[in-house]
Amino acid sequence: MSHKLYLYPKWIRAWHILNALLFIILIITGISMQYTDNITSKFIVRFDRAVAMHNFAAAVLTFNYIIYVIGNVLTKNGAHYKINRKIIFNQLIVQFKYYAWGMFKGHKHPFPVTEDSKFNPLQKFVYVLAMYVGMPLVIISGIGLLFPEITVKAIFGVSGLILTDVLHITVGFFLSIFMIIHIYTCTLGAKPFTLFKSMITGYHESDEDKH
Amino acid sequence: MYFKIFRTTSTIVLAGVLLANTSFAFTLKKEDWKPKDTTNLVSQFYKENESCLKCHGERIYEYVNESQGTTIRHSMSIERFINRDAFYSSNHKTFKCTDCHSEEYMKFPHAGELRMEQMYSCIDCHGNDPKYSQFHFEEIEAEYQQSTHFQMEKDGFTCWKCHNPHSYQISIRNTENLKKTIAYDNAICLNCHSDFDRFQLLSDREEINILKKHDWLPNQTAHFQSVRCIECHTNSNDSLLVSHLIMPKDSAVRRCNECHSQNSILMASLYKFQSKEKRKDGFVNGILLNESYVIGANRNEYLNSFSLIIFVLVLGIIGIHIFFRTVHKVKPKKK
Repeated sequence: MSHKLYLYPKWIRAWHILNALLFIILIITGISMQYTDNITSKFIVRFDRAVAMHNFAAAVLTFNYIIYVIGNVLTKNGAHYKINRKIIFNQLIVQFKYYAWGMFKGHKHPFPVTEDSKFNPLQKFVYVLAMYVGMPLVIISGIGLLFPEITVKAIFGVSGLILTDVLHITVGFFLSIFMIIHIYTCTLGAKPFTLFKSMITGYHESDEDKH
Repeated sequence: MYFKIFRTTSTIVLAGVLLANTSFAFTLKKEDWKPKDTTNLVSQFYKENESCLKCHGERIYEYVNESQGTTIRHSMSIERFINRDAFYSSNHKTFKCTDCHSEEYMKFPHAGELRMEQMYSCIDCHGNDPKYSQFHFEEIEAEYQQSTHFQMEKDGFTCWKCHNPHSYQISIRNTENLKKTIAYDNAICLNCHSDFDRFQLLSDREEINILKKHDWLPNQTAHFQSVRCIECHTNSNDSLLVSHLIMPKDSAVRRCNECHSQNSILMASLYKFQSKEKRKDGFVNGILLNESYVIGANRNEYLNSFSLIIFVLVLGIIGIHIFFRTVHKVKPKKK
């Protein structure tokens, strides 16, 4: 028996697809800048183009992020990110066990998708970490690098720009890792492409026989 | 709960920003590389030099015309004016005037032919002297002779066009402030290249607007504050602290990635020296304290290796997961 749940309204899908495209541009151009060689003059994208594209994509991403935050405050979607601190730790273990071996043994999904709870605990935890810790840090440090004159000169004797840079690339790296895992876990739907389709149509296909 | 998380996160981020902006000045141990303090040094030739500086150290000087018995006041030509403070804090501060200038100058009025005296250049005193071997004056001279300055103006150009013998200071070794060194070094170039009157002394070319010429450079102000003209306009030489091979304008660095890359040309000369000096504070501090931040490659090998390990681990775990999904396909149990 399968039924469809309308979980992703248009604004979320629009935000999500834009966010995904910008993430890809930012990762490719970010890696290009990080590993540019002065002999071959480029790694993936030519340095000057990578800088321009990275700056432009980052500005759009910041704007898109503000829309995301406002949207979550104004609509019910924000409720999906609520974490119950008392039980989250145990829930994370349960979910993790399911991904690690439960799903191979044919166990049922421990936290099935419903209209009130579209994220499993692991998703909730990682999404909150990525969207409400990672994103603000990467945006603020990015602004600090884009306008070096406003970045503090030194913190405890260490160059403020170097610290901002290290923070930016570290958080950027973990967000990139998040994206890889996020894309992979999206293949864990009823069929490998089911969840990708959901983010386009807005409907989550729930099949009790599958996970 | 969601608001709580949001609030907590915002508080942490805001606290971080505030902490960053309070600009704590926690000075790390730097005594090892502090320059020798010679600020209170009084030249042993101070009195002798005063016989020259009583006129050449003043913008308005006066002398008595003995044949007419009148006192004459004149303004000192800027070319002949010596600023006492600048001289006594310069590299040549221990000298007396007649070490380099003819003793005949001690007579006043000065004889006209003294103006034709041959001036020393750096190599005349510093060349082939083991005491100065660490400064590689011979190599500097060889580079200078290949430079566009010398090639275009063999007769008019001398060391002194850039390095004023009466005020010149070695800036790199004695600095704790990279920005000040950069400003000092750039002022040497701008002294002529932004002052058309001085520029005309050596060239018939039309006036150049430096800012306009560098319009193509993104974040122009940040570049001018953080990079010396010579980083792009010389052929960098790793064995010399300061390259003297000034190239023609067409050969200047224009590709961003020549600096913004892992093997950045900025890793030579000034920035390399700063890093090496600061590493005396300890390797990690030296790396972290390096002010020569360049957008792009942060050159932190530890972070690069660490990120590569995590990346490979993640791909490995995903690969193993895919493997088990493929070989261990089990239908979920019914209720």
